[in-house]
Amino acid sequence: MTPPPTSSSAKSTAKSTAKNAAKAARAEATTAPASTAGATATVTAGAPAGPVGRKLFGYAPAPESRAAAGEIASRYGHYINGEHIEGSGQETLTTVDPATGLPLAEFAQGTAKDVDRAVRAARDAFPGWAALPGAERGKYLFRIARIIQERSRELAVLESIDNGKPIRETRDVDLPLVAAHFFYYAGWADKLEYAGFGRRTADGASGANPRPLGVAAQVIPWNFPLLMLAWKIAPALATGNTVVLKPAETTPLTALRFAEICRQAGLPRGVVNIVTGDGRTGAALTGHPGVDKVAFTGSTEVGRAIARGLAGSRTKLSLELGGKAANIVYDDAPIDQAVEGIVDGIFFNQGQVCCAGSRLLVQESVHDQVMEALKRRMATLRVGDPLDKNTDVGAINSAAQLARITELAEAGEAEGAERWSPECELPTSGYWFAPTVFTGVSATHRIAREEIFGPVLSVLTFRTPEEAVAKANNTPYGLSAGVWSEKGSRILWTAARLRAGVVWSNTFNKFDPTSPFGGYKESGYGREGGRHGLEAYLDV
Amino acid sequence: MPSTSPAAPPPALQPGPALAGISASDAALRRFLHGLPGVDAVGLQARTAALGTRSIKTTAKAYAIDLAISMIDLTTLEGADTPGKVLSLCTKARRPDPGDPSVPSTAAVCVYPDLAATARAALTGSGIKVAAVATAFPSGRAGLPVKLADTAEAVAAGADEIDMVIDRGAFLSGRYLEVFETIQAVRAACTRPDGTAAHLKVIFETGELGTYDNVRRASWLAMAAGADFIKTSTGKVGVNATLPVTMVLLEAVRDFRAATGVQIGVKPAGGIRTTKDAMKYLVLVNETLGDDWLSPDWFRFGASSLLNDLLMQRQKLTTGRYSGPDYVTVD
Repeated sequence: MTPPPTSSSAKSTAKSTAKNAAKAARAEATTAPASTAGATATVTAGAPAGPVGRKLFGYAPAPESRAAAGEIASRYGHYINGEHIEGSGQETLTTVDPATGLPLAEFAQGTAKDVDRAVRAARDAFPGWAALPGAERGKYLFRIARIIQERSRELAVLESIDNGKPIRETRDVDLPLVAAHFFYYAGWADKLEYAGFGRRTADGASGANPRPLGVAAQVIPWNFPLLMLAWKIAPALATGNTVVLKPAETTPLTALRFAEICRQAGLPRGVVNIVTGDGRTGAALTGHPGVDKVAFTGSTEVGRAIARGLAGSRTKLSLELGGKAANIVYDDAPIDQAVEGIVDGIFFNQGQVCCAGSRLLVQESVHDQVMEALKRRMATLRVGDPLDKNTDVGAINSAAQLARITELAEAGEAEGAERWSPECELPTSGYWFAPTVFTGVSATHRIAREEIFGPVLSVLTFRTPEEAVAKANNTPYGLSAGVWSEKGSRILWTAARLRAGVVWSNTFNKFDPTSPFGGYKESGYGREGGRHGLEAYLDV
Repeated sequence: MPSTSPAAPPPALQPGPALAGISASDAALRRFLHGLPGVDAVGLQARTAALGTRSIKTTAKAYAIDLAISMIDLTTLEGADTPGKVLSLCTKARRPDPGDPSVPSTAAVCVYPDLAATARAALTGSGIKVAAVATAFPSGRAGLPVKLADTAEAVAAGADEIDMVIDRGAFLSGRYLEVFETIQAVRAACTRPDGTAAHLKVIFETGELGTYDNVRRASWLAMAAGADFIKTSTGKVGVNATLPVTMVLLEAVRDFRAATGVQIGVKPAGGIRTTKDAMKYLVLVNETLGDDWLSPDWFRFGASSLLNDLLMQRQKLTTGRYSGPDYVTVD
């Protein structure tokens, strides 16, 4: 796109008029806009492209009520065998509000003893839970799903406070998906014989119905605390397993609130147990000899250690690990929507998404056009208070994560890539990182290879579809990918060649409980979601 | 170059180097329009739905309500319209809330051509524009001489702005050049004897165009042919202005200015009835185009019942109490 010709005095007229109008608007916010009389009629040629200034129509603060999160206790223990109990150790951890850096609550650092107690409770509850008719298990899950819907505002606000993600996302994405996952797997509970994993014949003479595995140890990350809990717990319970779940040490609050929901739903004791703590607790849980299944979502490094620990044992394992997804934009893409998809792909949840579209592969012939549009769009992102309903990009989850993002972004600059961020004022306290894009990135740069897990996009170019696929697949990961083109045959050709568990076409970061999700290569194995997600919790 | 100043000379029809030669032939025009980037319907709708969740409160809401009032083309387009009805509407346009002089007047009053003179007389000195629909509104199904005569009559009667309709039949059957040349001819007919010209708004009737790709093509066609404003709908068919369709128009004027330096206005019309609706449109403008379009010179609402809802919301903001339909005037 060619820049507008700059000429004449129209430009300065335009500027001063806009400034005056802005002043007037500020001075008397409740009166008519200053430009009613048509004084700005000559603002045409020479005006800069894109949304500039953004002074006239600023949005007043629209904060969601903090109180809606309900009471946050000053101290939490574990949830074992249907009871909230104190941890057995002395050590406690603190979860903080990433938007301010201020502490929210203390919680127990789970010890080996706590883990053992939880596994035992789950073991004791297993026979009864597994023996329930599927329709009865389904009833509990439906009940949990409905309670989540009823308490969705409370949970959304609590999640935003503990995680730092914008309320717009917890309200419109996380919570609806959480409820949807429970509803979806509730529906499977009484239909497992028809899920395609074999069943006993009608005369009972041969075959076997799919059976639960037993006790599932589940360790989840901090980026989607409640959603990852739903991805883990809903299929495990639907298939008749009992669970011990460890939430991440920076985001335990919604999991502990979920424990209350289990009680509210009348779920039998010990079916769901929640033990809090850091990586040591996680290691104790995944290494516990009494578990039959381990499900882990998190970093590739930890996933590898878990796999090593379980090698040769009978414990079944599914891993959902890191990613460095390629988002491929062909020259015939719907550019405006592709830009939205790029933004969703990397700035959704501050880029703290394992399937984030962190490598933009754009065809060279449209590179400049796409970058101009992307930068213009990035300039409209509203970064700030996660509880403001108009916030697009919230806080980074922790100081440690912020340090990692900062370190990798600095490496990108040092290696010679060109860094750009829109002007935006970041809050002075808490953990913040401005939306950032790197252009001129080459395949050897660290920012093109390592998972940054933050709002940082690396832009690479390609010339032909073959090159796009080769570059997209040139990563140790393989979790997700995106393809943008208005040509159906090109999308299908590309998708068939991408080695990634999910390929989105003309969209990105879309989730649905009916659709399986999982990785290739170092992004893990096993699938969550959909009919496929049942298999990870069944002996088939 | 669009201008609302009556003294300005009529803009020259020079699309500039970026668009040179696009109307040389039907084939050239088709190549250009079909070479525009496609619109992904799902992505477009998702974007406008997301912007629709913006929460506009307190001072921002007060600003937006007054801005919206000042952007209204207060419209009556009924077979039953009479001079009396139009006079009443003009009074309302001047002073929408008789009890509150701080309420801005609307941008224009929009009527059929035969009532343009009535509106002209009633609005003299107010700064409020007279807009007249023309070119065999709303269907556009008449020969070119009839359309031009319709336009000339409205201009002679004192219309400041002409809202023309395109021939959707010609557009859908691919006769793009015919549509292009009609717009050019109507534009020429907007010229007054003293050399000034009425502003030209081109209505696409997007509800009949079927796809967002067509809406984008119609936008570029009209802008290249010399439209001052592009407008979604007549208000006379089942589907009128929608947020996604308006978004396509906003993207078109944004890209057109980047390509040519010429700024074009946008007018969604039909079906916008509530303050909440209007807020969503203003958010779209704000986040797609920014300040440069946040003025009645560049963005209008074609609406009738919207005004009263804005007034009721305004009263609520000022007094803290909800008013009712009996506290605003019917027309």
